[in-house]
Amino acid sequence: MSSPLSVFDIAGRAMSAQMVRLNTTASNLANAGSVSGSKDTAFKALRPVFKTVSEGEGIATVQVSSILTSQDEAVKKHMPDHPLADANGDVWEANVDSAAEMVDMLETARAYQNNVQVMQTAKSLTLDTLRLGK
Amino acid sequence: MATSETLFGVHGDALALRSQRLALLASNIANASTPGYKARDIDFGKALEMAQSGSSADDAVDATVGYRVPLQTSMDGNTVELSTEQTMFAENAVQYRTTLSFLNGRINTLMTAIKGE
Repeated sequence: MSSPLSVFDIAGRAMSAQMVRLNTTASNLANAGSVSGSKDTAFKALRPVFKTVSEGEGIATVQVSSILTSQDEAVKKHMPDHPLADANGDVWEANVDSAAEMVDMLETARAYQNNVQVMQTAKSLTLDTLRLGK
Repeated sequence: MATSETLFGVHGDALALRSQRLALLASNIANASTPGYKARDIDFGKALEMAQSGSSADDAVDATVGYRVPLQTSMDGNTVELSTEQTMFAENAVQYRTTLSFLNGRINTLMTAIKGE
């Protein structure tokens, strides 16, 4: 094959990208419900940005080009008894949508599994090719 | 090329194209969640015809690659449908194995002839 990107590279890099996505989801879920004393210091959900890396005609893998923080505003809650509450008695809760993050996690796990399957198939085909004529 | 063509017939070219198509379908699966990615595939019949008439496997792939028409469009512009891609991938893997066994048969025949047993 002339292309420097083998099936192993393609699936391997896609697995890395999905792993980054899974890590951001884990961070978001871990910080769901965490509160802060001000709007600016409240935890913002992390969003990985996937980008295609092309190598020749049709051959492409994927990479995480950047990890952005969500622009959604932190949720204001009136809790005067909270030790972090500001002068108005408000605290700011992280803008994490737990349900959406769980759905994203399932999709990530599926995508990861698909790439593992691709790699297993490619490996067994390569080994069969090596055994040609024996 | 002339000797290998008579040795392995259509199967040498077919194996090269199958391996290229494997990488192409792996690319589609890898980009299943990339916004804006357009799934691609080759017209295997045409590519094999081209390879048979003397062009390299790479050129044959480049000339016959096209975009997959999705059954349903998605909001983010991605046209990868995992069910389709996985079916194609599995099909292509089986066809690769089939080509391998054809090649194995050819090699065994030759070895028998050489050894004269």
